[in-house]
Amino acid sequence: MAKKQIIKERRLQDDAWKVVTLVDGEAPFDVCLPVGPLLVPVSVWKAKKACLIHREYEHGTPLGIWLAPEDDVAEIAADLDDFTVIAVYFPKFTDGRGYSTARLLRERHGYDGELRAFGDIGRDQVFFLNRVGFDAFVIGEGKSAEDALAAFDDFPESYQGNAVQPLPLFRRRAA
Amino acid sequence: MYKYDDYDHAIVQARVAQFRGQTERYLAGALSDDEFRPLRLQNGLYIQRHGPMLRLAVPYGLLSAAQLRRFADIARRYDRGYGHFTTRHNLQLNWVKLPEVPAILAELAQEELHAIQTSGNCIRNVTTDHFAGVAADEIADPRPWAEILRQWSTFNPEFAYLPRKFKVAISGATEDRAAIQVHDLGLQVAKNEAGEFGFKVYAGGGLGRTPLLGQVVREFLPWQHLLSYTEALVRVFNRYGRRDNAYKARIKILVKALGREEFARQVEEEWAHLQDGPSTLTQAEVDRVSRQFAAPAYETLAEDDLCHLAHLREDKAFARWVERNVQKHKVAGYAAVTLSLKKPGAAPGDASAEQMEAAADLAERYSFGEIRVSHEQNLILADVPQRELYTVWHRAKAAGLASPTVGLIQDLITCPGGDFCGLANARSLPIAAAIQERFEDLDYQHDIGEFELNISGCMNSCGHHHLGAIGILGVDKNGEEWYQVTLGGRQGNAARIGEVIGRSFAAAEVPDVIERLIAAYLAHRHADERFIDTLDRIGEEPFRNAAYPHPHQSRRVANG
Repeated sequence: MAKKQIIKERRLQDDAWKVVTLVDGEAPFDVCLPVGPLLVPVSVWKAKKACLIHREYEHGTPLGIWLAPEDDVAEIAADLDDFTVIAVYFPKFTDGRGYSTARLLRERHGYDGELRAFGDIGRDQVFFLNRVGFDAFVIGEGKSAEDALAAFDDFPESYQGNAVQPLPLFRRRAA
Repeated sequence: MYKYDDYDHAIVQARVAQFRGQTERYLAGALSDDEFRPLRLQNGLYIQRHGPMLRLAVPYGLLSAAQLRRFADIARRYDRGYGHFTTRHNLQLNWVKLPEVPAILAELAQEELHAIQTSGNCIRNVTTDHFAGVAADEIADPRPWAEILRQWSTFNPEFAYLPRKFKVAISGATEDRAAIQVHDLGLQVAKNEAGEFGFKVYAGGGLGRTPLLGQVVREFLPWQHLLSYTEALVRVFNRYGRRDNAYKARIKILVKALGREEFARQVEEEWAHLQDGPSTLTQAEVDRVSRQFAAPAYETLAEDDLCHLAHLREDKAFARWVERNVQKHKVAGYAAVTLSLKKPGAAPGDASAEQMEAAADLAERYSFGEIRVSHEQNLILADVPQRELYTVWHRAKAAGLASPTVGLIQDLITCPGGDFCGLANARSLPIAAAIQERFEDLDYQHDIGEFELNISGCMNSCGHHHLGAIGILGVDKNGEEWYQVTLGGRQGNAARIGEVIGRSFAAAEVPDVIERLIAAYLAHRHADERFIDTLDRIGEEPFRNAAYPHPHQSRRVANG
């Protein structure tokens, strides 16, 4: 099996993180945690906080969380220091809630660790995702990750302030 | 008008290249239909009955003569030599070929034109008053603010995949000519008690399946905060608007579900974090943009031109055109001229390449080289010296742009309907044509007086039928076209949603029904009463009786 890959620092890299999901009816506390760095859903984080932190401190296994579109960033705002990676899930690329999630994490809550987008995303989403604060991208199945690398330069400028250039264009334009 | 600098050019050029790549990947099979659809829609490209329809943006309705000529040229070379102006200022081409769209966009970009965000679930073209800058009742010119919003909303990375489309309208005058109360976000220029300048903010208006008027969510927003507050408001929509049902996904449903106060509270809470941040507007930026909308170099003229007055006395047809198609201007000796796109026999809002070029010529010679598109689907020359009106009239007449019926029943508003649109339940254009033919007599039209008649071919309400004194909505009944009639809608400050009068009608019945409704109005009206005034005074009953002379045919239906 080919190694899982992720776009980071504008190049493809191997990725060791696993996404934990609950199967139907499974209680968050009962979920079995595989070895290695994990991205857990918010419910599992809440139910197994002590266990997950223990795992990180005692065994050095990095910890991450993943957010669904409807998850409220405010619920984990106090815990951001505990995560090496925060991932935001896009079940469909047309569900744009994750873009607001990213800005809130970066701008309101000052999160400066890795922020990754995963799910149904591809070349045509990467530019905007990058501008709202994502710096890692797991390209969706069946889409070309190599293609997506070209998307960072889709636009030479943005009118709005963003994660790459915090000042809106009007504050930088010569009068 | 606003001229692009290097930044604006670079951004639009980048879009052309991006869309060329997307189209190539789609045609090569690398993008699926589902993947390509939202991308092409954000570039105004629909797949319609006859193939693709391309909607070109006319930001806040303003065009230079050169831009209108470019439209004409594109329509001639890539389409069938005409285009359709919409109720949101844009121009639709109905016969383009998908592989040619990138080339069309590249040619448009040379003239500072594009199709960015003219469709899709994103922030759409900002619309405004077609008399902006020249209306006597103006508090401030809304166009610089519309341009500032255009830039802020263009490729705003956070808001490319909203629950549904998001339309903004802005009015700078005391009388609202931009229908701001039926927009997702409506902005009314205002001054507070301290004389400071800002906006009254309406949210949650819209037509469609659930017609609602916008609610005031902020009485006064100081101008510096226009972008940060709008950002907060759209963010609340992006996060909490419904995504499970496209018919319930507009912001109006969220505002209604939360209630005005709770929605406003959530926006304020969000805004508290964004207020005074980097998107706070600076005086320098407002000045930079405003300078580009500075008044043209008007001559000092007398209030009334003597030759013009003589023509008015001597030429009855000219006087009639002036009465309907010429509006007062805030500068002495000038007037605003409406070039009508409502010539009987042609689809309302359609303009041929030749007409576009004729309008461009007129603008260049007589109106400082600029044209506006009105949401009533006409073209406006906003700054014509009174002494030139007679010549302008003759030339407009020669181009088929001088139907003297602005504001009358023939000036009806309609969507393209089932003849072109893939969404429509029924055709609009034959109904429009039949009504225009029925009321062709000018004396009859003038006798009826100001009248707003709107036709939509489906519940998406692109023809704003809820806002017509009489509205006509095409509905599908077992594969047949039927037409539902609403009464009592109006736009402007006292905007109101029209109400369904009863069971729907077959296409052939519609002109008779409209004529009977109008006959009822003429029979009951007091002097100077408009249709809606008479309706308010005497109620719906006499009109329902006129529409359904055989009582058993009438049946109340709820939005049906």
